[in-house]
Amino acid sequence: MKAFTIHTGLAAPLDRANVDTDMIIPKQFLKSIKRSGFGPNLFDELRYLDEGQPGQDCSNRPVNPEFVLNQDRYQGASVLLARRNFGCGSSREHAPWALDDFGFRCVIAPSFADIFYNNCFKNGILPITLSEEAVDALFNEIEAQEGYQLKVDLEREKVIKPDGTELGFSIDEFRRHCLLNGLDDIGLTLQDADAIKAFEGRHQQSQPWLFGAIH
Amino acid sequence: MAGKTLYDKLWDNHLVRQRDDGSALIYIDRQLLHEVTSPQAFEGLRLAGRKPWRIDANLATPDHNVPTTVNERKTGIEGIADPISKIQVKTLDENCNAFDIVQFDMMDTRQGIVHVVGPEQGATLPGMTVVCGDSHTSTHGAFGALAHGIGTSEVEHVMATQCLVAKKMKNMLVRVDGELGIGVTPKDVVLAIIGKIGTAGGTGFAIEFGGDVFKAMTMEGRMTVCNMAIEAGARAGMVAVDQTTIDYVKGRPFAPKGDLWGKAVEAWSDLHSDADATFDEVVVLNGEEIKPQVTWGTSPEMVLPVDAKVPSPADAIDETKQEGYERALEYMGLTAGMPITDIPVDRVFIGSCTNSRIEDLREAAAVVKGRTVAKTVKEALVVPGSGLVKEQAEAEGLHEVFEAAGLQWREPGCSMCLAMNADKLGAGEHCASTSNRNFEGRQGFGGRTHLVSPAMAAAAAVTGHFVDVRLLMNKELMGQGA
Ligand code: SF4
Repeated sequence: MKAFTIHTGLAAPLDRANVDTDMIIPKQFLKSIKRSGFGPNLFDELRYLDEGQPGQDCSNRPVNPEFVLNQDRYQGASVLLARRNFGCGSSREHAPWALDDFGFRCVIAPSFADIFYNNCFKNGILPITLSEEAVDALFNEIEAQEGYQLKVDLEREKVIKPDGTELGFSIDEFRRHCLLNGLDDIGLTLQDADAIKAFEGRHQQSQPWLFGAIH
Repeated sequence: MAGKTLYDKLWDNHLVRQRDDGSALIYIDRQLLHEVTSPQAFEGLRLAGRKPWRIDANLATPDHNVPTTVNERKTGIEGIADPISKIQVKTLDENCNAFDIVQFDMMDTRQGIVHVVGPEQGATLPGMTVVCGDSHTSTHGAFGALAHGIGTSEVEHVMATQCLVAKKMKNMLVRVDGELGIGVTPKDVVLAIIGKIGTAGGTGFAIEFGGDVFKAMTMEGRMTVCNMAIEAGARAGMVAVDQTTIDYVKGRPFAPKGDLWGKAVEAWSDLHSDADATFDEVVVLNGEEIKPQVTWGTSPEMVLPVDAKVPSPADAIDETKQEGYERALEYMGLTAGMPITDIPVDRVFIGSCTNSRIEDLREAAAVVKGRTVAKTVKEALVVPGSGLVKEQAEAEGLHEVFEAAGLQWREPGCSMCLAMNADKLGAGEHCASTSNRNFEGRQGFGGRTHLVSPAMAAAAAVTGHFVDVRLLMNKELMGQGA
C-alpha cells in the first residue's frame, strides 16, 4: 500500500452533503474485475451530461461545466473538501479506488460513513474529519482564492492552510501507523497467526456447530 | 458489573486480540461472497501467494449481475447478454473453482441474493459473526448475529486470516413499543426509524432493535429491518434470539442437527441484552403511530407517511438539509406541498434483499389479487430473492396471481434494486420500489425511486399512483375483494 506522510495539493470543494458511493462511482463501473482505471468515471453522473458506460473513452463525452471538478481552477486537485456523511451507501471499495485513480490523496469532511472511511485507509487515502465550522471556513477560503493549496501532515496530525494556520485532526493510532508506513494489513494480522489458531481451536470446541461444512 | 448488550456479547465471543490502540482482531465465522466485490480480493490472494484460511467458512453466489429473464438464464453464464456482466459472473465461478469455495451458481436452485440465501440455508446462524463485501450484510443480524458489510480489501483480509480488524462500535437501542396496525409492515417500521434518526443517526453504532413490535415480528420481517440498519448509518443491526429465531433456523440445510442442535439452542439462549445492560443511546418509537411510508426524496431519510404532503425546503432543520431538499425535489420532479398520493408511478419493482422473501411476495400478492396493473404503469416486476423462494411462491400459486394482474414474474437476483443487469428505470420515471436505496441514479440514470413496502408497491401498481394500501384492504374487509 502507498504510504501517506505529508501531502501538499490543490483543494477542490464539493459542496453537498450525503455524497453516496453510487454518486462517487455509479454501479455500471462496478463490473470491472480490476482495481484501477476508475478515475475517468469518478462522479460520473455529476461530471458528464450523458450516461457513462464501462470501457468507454470519456474524452469525447459532454461534460457538465457546472460541476466543480470540471472547472479550470480545480484541475489537478488532490485534496477534496466535502460535506457531512461523505461516502454513505454501499460498501463498494471502488469509491476510494476511483478517488485515488483520479488523483485525490485526501478527503476532508465534517463526517464520513463508516465503511467508506475504513476503505480509504486500505488504499492510501487519508479521510480527515474536521468540525463543521472549520469545514465551512475552508469552503469559503477555497472558493475565494484561486490556487488554494492545503498541506496535510499525518505524522503531526495537522492540516496547514496557505497562511500557515494549523488545524488539528486525529486518526486512530493503528491506522496512522499503517498509513504512515504503507503497511499491508494482512501481513500484520498474520503475525498473530498463532493467536488466531488458538482462538479458533477454543471456538470450535465450545461451539462446534459454527464449523459445519457448507456443501 | 453492568450487564452486557447483545452486541457486547457477540463481540466478546469473537475477540481474538485487543490491540492497545482500541482496534481489535475479531474472528469471522461466515463470509458470503458475490461477483461484484470479490474479484479484486481473489486477485490479491493470488498475487501474494496466499490461500483461504478456512475454506468452509465461505459461501458464494452470483446475484448483482445475473439476468432475470427465463430466456437469458436458460443457457447459464454463456447466455448472459451483457459481455461485461458475463465476465464478472464467470470470474466468480473460476475463482470459486480455483480456491475450492462452495458456490451456488446461476443454474443452482439455491442461487439468489446473498442475504436471502445465507439465512435460507442456515448458513447464517445465531451467535455468528457474518461478513460480506456488501453493506446490506446487516440483514443477518436478525438472527442475533454480528453481521456487517466490509470492503473488498477486507474480503481479502478475511479470506486470508479468518479475522477482521475492527473497532468496537457504540451501542444503540431502537425500541418500538406497542403493536403495528393492519397494513403496516416491517418495511414501514424501518423507514419510520430512518426518518426519525436520519441516514447518519446510527453512524458508529451497532443498533439493537427491541421492544414489543420486534418481539412479535417474524424472522423475515426482522431481516427487512436489519437490512436497512445501514441506511441509518449503522453497519450492524440486530435482534435478540428468541423462540421465533430458533423455530426459523431449525431444519435448515446447514443448521446443526441431532445432539449439536440441542447444545446450540442452549448456547443461543444467552443471545440477548442483559436486563441491566446500558446503551449509549436509546431511541423509542410507538408502533401504533407508524403509518405506511413512502420516500419522496433521494435519501432514505426523506420519508413520510403516505397521507403526508411533499415537504418544502423551508421545513428542513438546517441549511445543509435545506439544500438537500431543494436538490431532491428538483431531481424527483416534485413540487412542495403536493400530496404523496398524487405522485404517478411508471414502474414497480418488488424484490431486493430487503423485500424478496416469501412473506413479502405473499403480502404483495394479497393486494394485487383480483386486480390489474394500472394502464399508466409501464412495467411491474416481481423478482424473488432466491430460486427456493421462487419455487415456494410457485407452489403457492403466487406467480399466477401476479401474472393474472399483469406483473412480470422473474428469475432470482438483485435486478432493479441497483440496475446492474438489464432491469432499470428510464430517466424521469418514478418507481415504487421495495428495495433499500433511493439515491440518484440507483435504479437507472435519471430514475426516481420511492421506497415502500411490498403491500404499498402492489397498491401503487394497481392504482398507478401511491395510495394508502389500507384503503384497498378495507374494501376487501367490506367484502368487495378476496
Ligand atoms: S438486492 Fe440490492 S441492496 Fe441487496 S445485495 Fe442486491 S444490490 Fe445490494
